[in-house]
Amino acid sequence: MTAHDDDQGPSRRKVLECMTWAGTGVLWTIAGGVPTAAGLIDGAMAQEVKGFSFLQISDSHMGFDKPANPNAKGTLEEAIARVKAAPGNPAFMIHTGDISHLSKPSEFDDAEKIISQARLDVHYVPGEHDILDDEQGKLYRDRYGRGTKGPGYYSFDANGVHFIGLVNVVDLKAGGLGNLGHDQLEWLEEDLKSRSASQPIVVFAHIPLWTVYPEWGWGTQDSAQALAYLKRFGSVTVLNGHIHQVMQKVEGNVTFHTARSTAFPQPAPGTAKSPGPMKVADDKLRTLLGTASIAFRQNEQRLAIVDTPLKS
Amino acid sequence: MRIVMTRRLAVGVLAVAPFAALAAAPASAAEIKVGIDNFTFNPKELKVKTGTTVVWTNNDDIPHTVASPRNSIKSKPLDTGDSFSFTFTTPGAYDYFCSLHPHMTGRIVVEAATGENDAK
Repeated sequence: MTAHDDDQGPSRRKVLECMTWAGTGVLWTIAGGVPTAAGLIDGAMAQEVKGFSFLQISDSHMGFDKPANPNAKGTLEEAIARVKAAPGNPAFMIHTGDISHLSKPSEFDDAEKIISQARLDVHYVPGEHDILDDEQGKLYRDRYGRGTKGPGYYSFDANGVHFIGLVNVVDLKAGGLGNLGHDQLEWLEEDLKSRSASQPIVVFAHIPLWTVYPEWGWGTQDSAQALAYLKRFGSVTVLNGHIHQVMQKVEGNVTFHTARSTAFPQPAPGTAKSPGPMKVADDKLRTLLGTASIAFRQNEQRLAIVDTPLKS
Repeated sequence: MRIVMTRRLAVGVLAVAPFAALAAAPASAAEIKVGIDNFTFNPKELKVKTGTTVVWTNNDDIPHTVASPRNSIKSKPLDTGDSFSFTFTTPGAYDYFCSLHPHMTGRIVVEAATGENDAK
């Protein structure tokens, strides 16, 4: 499994520990060009966070009402309440897809109503659950895609950091994984071409851009090409969702991280028959939806992770 | 909630070869079920006679689709308990997958109903 390939990255044990955690959001800070993640709840740690910060939430699955969490709306509300209460002054939030469960207008409406309470700009990318309408994502693009290209990719700059939102859930091929496609890769190459290698880059997309577990489709088949364009940059952070659990990997200058869902947990790779929603005891759900702090220390590849569950 | 969507590939075929299509799809045509369980099509491979209607039912807590772009087969997203049916009127191998989770693949092999529609 790829997650264990890198000796300098998290140990197998650490990775497995990470995979058992789930939560609601991650507060990101960029200090000295290297992103640092701090827990939303761990006040002492967040107090130390200085400089530019932003938030990531993922996989809200508005409309999901199955046994794994009959009230996904409620847990999104809890997550947003925590975002509002979190110390620090995040500049904006990114949402790494699966806003809705079935791409229904009412689901997007619910998400908007709740997420807007954070009173932050939100930069979205779609998940495969957001493009289920007859026109393959028209509803998504009408709401969130203004100023984006193709199915909804785009880039912007904030505080000297270059952010790139990619779409890897469209035009998936039988037997394959996530897919960026030729047009988007060409756009990415062009977008990066004239940039200084010292500019920090943050890439976000729904499906992991590293191969987490191909047996469950957890990877992107043409991500190697995207990573080749990013190779010359000194600080690259790749933020994804989709797998509903925290995992990370450091490879050279690139840090990969997946965020937790606000809706329901999914099993660690290979530990269940399928990657579907994982039903846990009611009193355990919020321990899995608790928050985690992920700290990237400058010049260190090993990640420091502190789990802070909603309920211990 | 149960939605049954039926598309028949037969429309074009019927116009061209009405006798063959009629022979292959009698009123009492067989119906065969394919379950979608734990992100797999069950059975993954299925042999049927022409005229058979295959009914896929999603038993997962996550939506799936049944898609075979080459054969213009595409279900709507199937939520838990939803079904999609398709009547196969032309012999051949039909590879399909879930367009949301493309690692989920399946195949329907449609064989000519004995004798009757060989002569078209």
